[in-house]
Amino acid sequence: MILALLSVVISLGFGAVSVDVRSILSILFGNASSDYYSIIWNIRLPRTLVAVFVGINLALSGALLQGVMRNPMADPHIIGVSSGAGLFGTAMLLVFPAFSHLLVPVAFIGALASALLIYMLAWDKGVSPMRIILAGVAASAFLNSGVSALYTFYSDRIQGAVSFMVGNLSAKSWGHVEIIIPYSIIGVILALLSAQRMNVLLLGDAESKSLGLNAEGYRLWFIAISALLAASAISIVGLLGFVGLIVPHAARLIVGNDYRILLPASALLGVAVLCLSDTIGRVAFAPIELPVGIIMGVIGAPFFLYLLRKKRTT
Amino acid sequence: MTLEARDVHIGYRDHKVVSALTLQFEAGKIHSILGPNGCGKSTLLKALGKQIQAAYGTILFKNSDINKWSRKAFARELAFLMQVHESNPEVTVRQLIEYGRFPHKKKFERLNQEDQAIVDQAITLTHLADLTERTVDSLSGGERQRAWIAMALAQQPGILLLDEPTSYLDIHHQLEIIELIKRLNVERGITIVLVLHDINQAAMISDQIIVLQSGRLYDCGLPRNVITQKMLRDVFNVDAEIKVSSESEAISVYDFRLIKG
Repeated sequence: MILALLSVVISLGFGAVSVDVRSILSILFGNASSDYYSIIWNIRLPRTLVAVFVGINLALSGALLQGVMRNPMADPHIIGVSSGAGLFGTAMLLVFPAFSHLLVPVAFIGALASALLIYMLAWDKGVSPMRIILAGVAASAFLNSGVSALYTFYSDRIQGAVSFMVGNLSAKSWGHVEIIIPYSIIGVILALLSAQRMNVLLLGDAESKSLGLNAEGYRLWFIAISALLAASAISIVGLLGFVGLIVPHAARLIVGNDYRILLPASALLGVAVLCLSDTIGRVAFAPIELPVGIIMGVIGAPFFLYLLRKKRTT
Repeated sequence: MTLEARDVHIGYRDHKVVSALTLQFEAGKIHSILGPNGCGKSTLLKALGKQIQAAYGTILFKNSDINKWSRKAFARELAFLMQVHESNPEVTVRQLIEYGRFPHKKKFERLNQEDQAIVDQAITLTHLADLTERTVDSLSGGERQRAWIAMALAQQPGILLLDEPTSYLDIHHQLEIIELIKRLNVERGITIVLVLHDINQAAMISDQIIVLQSGRLYDCGLPRNVITQKMLRDVFNVDAEIKVSSESEAISVYDFRLIKG
């Protein structure tokens, strides 16, 4: 909690122009006369808020998927929800650039469509987590090759699409904040209210049935929430990898596997990680801004390997 | 009759596992299902526990079709424990047992003092008081089995279905579970239906023995009537000696030999 708030302040404070904490607070509480007002209010605050909501959404989405799949390696990337959004999003940017204002809904439809496709592919008198992951990996490969094909055909227009694929927080405005907020709020509320049912689902399909929970129905429910959260985040910042994978893991190491605690903890940690990564990206090689996706990848990949090794030794 | 199967056929895909079974499970008794591997014991138990649907025939619970029971209402009356758990969750024993209260709670209702008392009772019954703060994945096999049983007890079921509750346990822990089951039946009046491999253990605690062979009912009834040399030969393809104690009518089967050829 404290970490999350702190990271927000840091994210607001650092940048090409440094602003001290007191000025930030006074601006947040409505002081429009400060010299830094336009930097903070028009540039950094929306960007930071986007980072906050994207962090929450991706972390929750990952935590839910890991629970549903009973697999610590599940995240929106790996099971194909992201690549669905990616393909549709890229197609919009490259093939129909005139309609790029429809990017968010289209990417969202892509994510939901691929989530449903994967669910149907994995269906065989019920769905096992293992088959969902296999179907997800296959569908991901298929969709990603679609993305690559688009790049090849439209190589002249690739500029905007690249930043979409890498995941980027730069130049986010209040408009973006307004787009993501409703999805975030709905997704977060639904996820937190369902936390206890996730705990029961985690016991296993037969066990949760025995406790009176419709396992298959709730698995679909959680996948839908997770797709909603992931898609709204991806359609704004692009394919931001690893937040959904690392953050729930780190949170689990700290607070344990009770989803009533794990979900809020993941959300807060997601905020902290994303805000800090973005700040690092802005500051580390100033004046060049590194997309936050690159920072996340650089930190995320080694952490992922560390988890793999740790899992093997325990 | 608390649980009843009428002409039940169960199959996965085209493959019939259980055919034309008609069985009755009287309330307050212990019923053991015996049979060789692949005879459909677990499949039958799953169908009785509303885990899978019968392809044909009806299963009645408290005189109404189990398909008409809502899953949650059913879970308040009947608890089902499978043989191998998909995961041993990284939650404490107490938390696991608290999940047993889930079917009794409305959507967002929290556990109250009464629920906590029921959980405490389940802990006492299963002798888990020293282990409540340990995580389930850190327990030994026997302790883990007791923790799952405690969770089922917290459901306060009238009937408990257990699929091979003693497998993978050493003989001490097997007997511990068998005794616990007997105690739950005698002290709490819980009807028990379980799948067992050990014929002697089944004979020890059961009021009714049900023997399945290739998905069909071979015989059912009192242990001393069902556990016979003929049954062992027909169903398990083994010879054995059977001794019936004159005072207690307890049965022991020993000196097992494979029938070759």
